[in-house]
Amino acid sequence: MVVSTQKQDASVNTVETIEREEITVRFCGDSGDGMQLAGTQLTSTSAIFGNDVCTFPDFPAEIRAPAGTLAGVSGFQLAFGSRKLHTPGDRVNAMIAMNPAALKANVADLEPGGILIVNSDAFTKSNLGKAGYEENPLDGVDLNRYKLFKIPINTLNAEACSDTGLTGRAVGRCKNFYALGLVYWLFGRPLEPTLRWIDQKFGAKPSVADANTKSLKAGYYMGETAELFPVRFLVSPAKLAPGKYRKLSGNEAIALGLVTAAHQAGKSLFYGSYPITPASDILHELARLRKYDVRTFQAEDEIAAMTSIIGAAFAGAFAVTGTSGPGVALKQEAISLAVMTELPMVIVNVQRGGPSTGLPTKTEQADLGQAISGRHGETPLCVLAACSPGDCFDMAIEAFRIATEFMTPVMLLTDGYIANGAEPWRIPDVSTLPKFEVKHPGPSAEFEPYKRNDKLARPWALPGTPQLEHRVGGLEKQDITGDVCYVPENHEHMIHLRRQKIDKIADAIPPLEVHGDQSGELLVLGWGSTYGAIESAMERCRARGMNVSNAHLRYLDPMPKNTEQVLKQFKQILVPEMNLGQLRQRLRAEYLVDVMGLNKVQGKPFTILEIEEKVADLLNGKPS
Amino acid sequence: MSTEAGMVQLTPKDFASDQEVRWCPGCGDYSILAQVKKVLASLGTPRENTVFVSGIGCSSRFPYYMNTYGFHSVHGRAPAVATGVKVANPELSVWVVTGDGDALSIGGNHLLHVIRRNVDVNILLFNNRIYGLTKGQYSPTSPIGRKTKSSPMGSIDFPLHPLSVAIGAEATFVARTIDVNVKHLSYVLDRAARHKGTSFVEIYQNCNIFNDGAFEYATGKDTKEDTAIYLEHNRPLVFGKDRDKGIQLNGMDPQVVSLGDGMTEDDLLFHDEKQAEPSLAYLLSRMHHPEFPEPMGVFRDIERSTYEDMLFDQISDAKKSSGPGKLEDMYDDGETWVVD
Ligand code: SF4
Repeated sequence: MVVSTQKQDASVNTVETIEREEITVRFCGDSGDGMQLAGTQLTSTSAIFGNDVCTFPDFPAEIRAPAGTLAGVSGFQLAFGSRKLHTPGDRVNAMIAMNPAALKANVADLEPGGILIVNSDAFTKSNLGKAGYEENPLDGVDLNRYKLFKIPINTLNAEACSDTGLTGRAVGRCKNFYALGLVYWLFGRPLEPTLRWIDQKFGAKPSVADANTKSLKAGYYMGETAELFPVRFLVSPAKLAPGKYRKLSGNEAIALGLVTAAHQAGKSLFYGSYPITPASDILHELARLRKYDVRTFQAEDEIAAMTSIIGAAFAGAFAVTGTSGPGVALKQEAISLAVMTELPMVIVNVQRGGPSTGLPTKTEQADLGQAISGRHGETPLCVLAACSPGDCFDMAIEAFRIATEFMTPVMLLTDGYIANGAEPWRIPDVSTLPKFEVKHPGPSAEFEPYKRNDKLARPWALPGTPQLEHRVGGLEKQDITGDVCYVPENHEHMIHLRRQKIDKIADAIPPLEVHGDQSGELLVLGWGSTYGAIESAMERCRARGMNVSNAHLRYLDPMPKNTEQVLKQFKQILVPEMNLGQLRQRLRAEYLVDVMGLNKVQGKPFTILEIEEKVADLLNGKPS
Repeated sequence: MSTEAGMVQLTPKDFASDQEVRWCPGCGDYSILAQVKKVLASLGTPRENTVFVSGIGCSSRFPYYMNTYGFHSVHGRAPAVATGVKVANPELSVWVVTGDGDALSIGGNHLLHVIRRNVDVNILLFNNRIYGLTKGQYSPTSPIGRKTKSSPMGSIDFPLHPLSVAIGAEATFVARTIDVNVKHLSYVLDRAARHKGTSFVEIYQNCNIFNDGAFEYATGKDTKEDTAIYLEHNRPLVFGKDRDKGIQLNGMDPQVVSLGDGMTEDDLLFHDEKQAEPSLAYLLSRMHHPEFPEPMGVFRDIERSTYEDMLFDQISDAKKSSGPGKLEDMYDDGETWVVD
């Protein structure tokens, strides 16, 4: 990891600077401590500085659990690097723990020898008790394996803000910026991006802006003058492709992708949704975009959200709903209607830990089965999965391309990990974006609502068009006419037609691409958000000379046409997924190939190491 | 027949689809279907701009029989489907056809919310106080004690009163009519169609198979004058074969009084469908047979912004204040940086 060490420049005399390719930092504290904000600021600053970044915000399920308790701990982890990053890092290099509960819940993830900055003021008897510490860990030996810095952040921050005229409480709210200032110094980050942010955010409240500025600078200068840290770490800008960048989370990317798709088709976007973690940010993002003719509809429940988009699609809008697993469960009856009426629309499922309310703020991939076959009847639809925050943008557009080309609902799977995680995103050149050609039939006496084209898609005839008056609904349709029809043979025929249409989508999607050798000992096949960890693990494995290839599925139903062919080129196949093997079972059933699973359902993404070790074991002949 | 504008004047027949109507012979739905076609023809709304949305149940087959656009959706969800249709294309005239089970049991939630949002749709609730399509279970409007297949010893569910529910949700247009009184039915449908905002119409509908005669009291030749009271805006509440009875307010309570003996029409409760506060309409919705004659007609018809108008105002305001959206601006939102 250490690329070079050098003596520090003149400005800071005695401190050594070490250059690193990648650093992982985690802020953790009470949910009221502003850890998400501190993490976001370090992310933006690092991105603007030119690093690649990857984030992993980790929220508690409760908005404000009792202060100081383990249930109220909120964390924000990010990695910034001088090379392409795929994950927010396995092991934390530097941790900022604002209270005993945060320390207790997080410290195990800190690498031995890692930097541990604690707010010693928060280690009071009462806080220690709430966190379940009998002794103050700061006085013991357990933390000796880390580089521990006990800093009375409350006190120092209060001193820094003493002349701002704010109350003690308001000053206390700035302590995250004090900690952030320290971190900025430690990693040689520029202060300007955060100072600009403070100015924009608190411009109307000069005293608050003043206090935050003072806290940030005081933290920074404390690092510089107190000679607290013996070293600083430098992470040079990454060699990213040239272009204009911004930071983008998966949920933001979904919103931008949806608006882009509608815009490119000259359509209005209708987004019907009921608030649910972790999908609500898509609604928030879209609600701000009225000037793009975005019609957000906060429905009374999940079912209304779904049925409203069915109505909107019927009337000609680009219609979308966003939700999470429990919401999809409620929507399934209506999704079935969408399949029966063969209307184009998109259902975004930002997966979270289930079953039931489960782990609302944590990530999981356990809705694949629900997406593909969780409805009554033979009810196929197209299922896609985005693999990174930026990919959410592309897949949102792709979802609409398929929905409109094939006249089908499309379910797009993401999950809490990539939905909340952010990365630098190269802003696309608008002229290179795919154009959509959406056709609606004009007036005609010959119109048949269920007459199909070569893709088996029926026409999208819009209310308002003379002569095309027709009725759709949930009752079985007669082929071609679309009239209600109870004839047994027709029903079977229609069941096949609906399935064939979804299968035909395979003709219109890219083949599965193999990274590494095209055949060989072991293929690691992933889908969705495991992409980052798998990709990083593969880089490491191949650097270690292992004969391992990998591929990633973004199309789950139908799968790319060459999937079977790819699988058959490898002696062993490993599917890592955050569930008990939902893709694995499907591959086995579909292609009669033996597939092994690496399964993790802890509400946390895979680490690179977990995959790397599994691959090494398999190649060394250890049984799975 | 052509109008001056060159538009073809449609007849009720033009609104009939080519599908065979499959309600039981004698069902009240036939009469409603006929009146809806008549009113649509008279309103002159082009067929192609009309959409009928329904849920599940006997009444919900309605869209199949109309030669307009139609959507036979999921049980109870028609109001949400209709909201999507209207928001996607506010030019359309959108009708929801529903029943007592569809609207008040499985779809109760959506009914409340479409009403409170005041989406400009016309909701026709065919109330037959029974589940017809599933063959005769009690519904949320069946009276207490009603014996059905699923309540052999009598229903122990207290019924909902559709108009009270709609008024509770602050519907801007609320009316009641009855299948066999075709003149009144078409009058109410016409009023509902002309109202901007959610129009909620309860139609007493006879299910001659599973609940025959449920509204006999309000339709029977000998009884109807005494059991129904026809509301007229700004007019006193008078009823009876000889129009010799009326409704007077005693404090907060309505009571039946006889006219004459010093009691004149001026002493009666005057109907005011324009009252912003829904209290009067609610009070009328609480008058039930046999204690009272049941009010028929328009209970409430007030003006209030519609959901879609407010939404489109926001869209045009947003466009006005910062120009129509360009994708570049959307992507550039927030902090950006350039890598060379
Ligand atoms: S069951 Fe009753 S409501 Fe249904 S069609 Fe027959 S008569 Fe009409």
